Amino acid sequence: MQALDLARWQFAITTVYHFLFVPITIGMSFLVAGLHTAWFRTNKLKYLRATKFFGRLFLINFAIGVVTGIVQEFQFGMNWSSYSRFVGDIFGAPLAIEGLLAFFLESTFLGLWIFGWDRLPKKVHLASIWLAATGTIFSAYFILAANAWMQHPVGYILNATKGRAELTNIFTVLTQKTAVVTFFHTIPSAAFTGAAFIAGVSAWLIIKKKDIEMSRVTLKAGLVTMLISFVLVGISGDLTSRVMTQQQPMKMAAAEALYTTTESAPFSLLTIGSLDGSRSVFQIDIPSVLSFLSTGDFKGVVEGVNDLQAKYVTQYGPGDYKPNIPLAYWSFRLMMGFGFIAAFFALLALWQLRKGGTPKGKWFAPAMISLPFLPLLANSFGWIFTETARQPWAVFGLIKTADGVSTVVSAGAVLFTMVVFTVLYGILAFIEVGLILRTIHIGPRPEEDYPVASLGGSDTRPLVMSY
Amino acid sequence: MSFQSVWFILIVVLWVGYFVLEGFDFGVGMLLPFVSRNEADRRAVLTTLGPVWDGNEVWLLVAGGATFAAFPEWYATLFSGFYLPLFLILVALIVRGVAFEYRSKYGKAQWRQRWDVAIVIASALPALLWGVAFANIVRGVPLEKSASGSIEYVGGFFNLLNPYALLGGVVTLTVFLTHGAHFLALKTAGEIRVKAHDLAIKLGLVAAVSAVAFLVWSNLMLPSINAKFLTLSVATALLWVAGFGANYLRREGWAFIASSLAITTFVTGLFVALYPRVMPSSLGAQFDLTITNASSTDYTLKVMTVVAVVMTPVVLVYQGWTYWVFRKRVSAAQIMHPERGVLDTLPL
Repeated sequence: MQALDLARWQFAITTVYHFLFVPITIGMSFLVAGLHTAWFRTNKLKYLRATKFFGRLFLINFAIGVVTGIVQEFQFGMNWSSYSRFVGDIFGAPLAIEGLLAFFLESTFLGLWIFGWDRLPKKVHLASIWLAATGTIFSAYFILAANAWMQHPVGYILNATKGRAELTNIFTVLTQKTAVVTFFHTIPSAAFTGAAFIAGVSAWLIIKKKDIEMSRVTLKAGLVTMLISFVLVGISGDLTSRVMTQQQPMKMAAAEALYTTTESAPFSLLTIGSLDGSRSVFQIDIPSVLSFLSTGDFKGVVEGVNDLQAKYVTQYGPGDYKPNIPLAYWSFRLMMGFGFIAAFFALLALWQLRKGGTPKGKWFAPAMISLPFLPLLANSFGWIFTETARQPWAVFGLIKTADGVSTVVSAGAVLFTMVVFTVLYGILAFIEVGLILRTIHIGPRPEEDYPVASLGGSDTRPLVMSY
Repeated sequence: MSFQSVWFILIVVLWVGYFVLEGFDFGVGMLLPFVSRNEADRRAVLTTLGPVWDGNEVWLLVAGGATFAAFPEWYATLFSGFYLPLFLILVALIVRGVAFEYRSKYGKAQWRQRWDVAIVIASALPALLWGVAFANIVRGVPLEKSASGSIEYVGGFFNLLNPYALLGGVVTLTVFLTHGAHFLALKTAGEIRVKAHDLAIKLGLVAAVSAVAFLVWSNLMLPSINAKFLTLSVATALLWVAGFGANYLRREGWAFIASSLAITTFVTGLFVALYPRVMPSSLGAQFDLTITNASSTDYTLKVMTVVAVVMTPVVLVYQGWTYWVFRKRVSAAQIMHPERGVLDTLPL
């Protein structure tokens, strides 16, 4: 394999891995802040217990999210230095702003929250978890704006002498449609993911008959959050696909394995057989739905892969402009499929919980155990789709991925770092999952229920929180 | 002043912030086994870092992001060129962060010992490698113009391990050790404080010798005497002596301030020696990366300046406030049941 392929694999591995933790963190930071607020307002111990218990799970996750995020900041320069030279004038700014605006806020106020139980006035302590949560939102916005620029570059000119893209309007970059719809797709997905995690864990506690009073509350809160955010994910997903059809028609065509331009195009639910444009063995289609999804009109025309390929050859010169179509087709479906299944389970569980009921049936335990994992899969496939179906472009229409790789880094060096990162990440995942399972197994610790806010005090007073 | 110069200064500020703050983090991490006798001691030592280490590390992320935004050519050449050292730093930072967060979750001795080893190694490695990397930048590395016109590093890995750069690594290693000892003496009580104070004396002497040797070498290496760099080098030496003296007299706050300032003048001095170059080439000045040929457009720099001018003071205020909130000394006696972890089945 060449350095290019290895660098792509490395980016895929480190980024997909990092993004397993990011949405849980974003979603849970707000849910934990909500639980903390509930305790602050009502003074009920079940909320304090829930805050500490889910806070603990949140922090175990957050740790891995933070450390794997460091790699994200530097791997552009390491493996993708030609890309960095080409886009730095534009792409670097959101990254730097993200650090300055978001990372400082998150890390500082999370530190205050973790260690501040007995050091801060109650109100300030509560405010610190909200500020940390706000930091995650800022972070998401700026990094999504940077990614949106790769999907649909705006606010730039090409400088031929310097061989790079240059920023002409930062506001266009930060407020373009792609950035906005992606943000409103990603944030509810994160809420969905965090809520599914909390719901799944709470359901497990109920099954194990542990802390039922608390777990019922957090299960309901999780399920309701899931359903609300599912609706938002759906609405923004619909908008996203329309924007995508306008800006990156090839991506939509690949998602549907639609080879020829079609009016009233059907949406294919699944296909058995090859997706290479020859006749498929078995296919379930819903008439006209693809046209509606991508244009908002059941009779709309959707461009096909072959026609777009021909068009791009005239526009950008000879080359293969088709992404990996089976990958695009299936990742798009798996994204939606896993999301739908999770939402369905949530609806079912919520229905049985109404009026103080207890969920019954053999489906409950396996469904609830799968609940935290389904959104993770949906998120991963969503991003795998978004990024791979843009290929061969790194920045659509401007620079190809193949032209972005570092020229001075050997294939051996990329292979070496890839292997080490993969092994290290694997070990960390093993440890992390072990800690999470252990935390759930032990459950909330009633001995932590003491509300602490005794400020001042002597220097030798026991610490509520220590490393 | 040009926007390029403004951003050069801002990037110096970010690296100074990073080395002053994570410098003592590294020091404390390396000193962990040498200032503590038992679990209570170790947990007290780590608790001094607990609320702040992550915020300290963000200075690095912002320095990286700002270099990408303001000097993309520098970012691209530096990180693709210094590939393996940077990779080792990243691996160390990953392991270290996780170690802080996870090591006390269980009470098992083996679990904790392994993480402690990880903390020591993962603190020492970046402390050493940052010095190696910066010394190489100051010394100049083989940079050449590639076919596509970009200036690329052509030196390979072992080229980075020259005596001057290794001395630079020893300097950052020992300086951060001393700085960490000053921090611990300031932030802990009892036995740990005493040990940190004693260690700071020994380490401070070693750091002083290596730093003076390095600064003399650096000043002589330049084609002509750079008055500003020389002044900052002398200031570094004087501040270091002041910190040493303050620690000796058990004025712990002053000792920490002095070593923070010494790191500030040290790092600033190296950048002053570079200016207006950001990465000189050892193959000829025509291949130097400078604030002009490495920079983004004025428009981007202007946007970034607005953000930095508004946000940096805010960040400094709340980050400073964190240190105020956690200003009290931590003592081993305050750690209840130090041998127990929150994930042990026993009651806490």
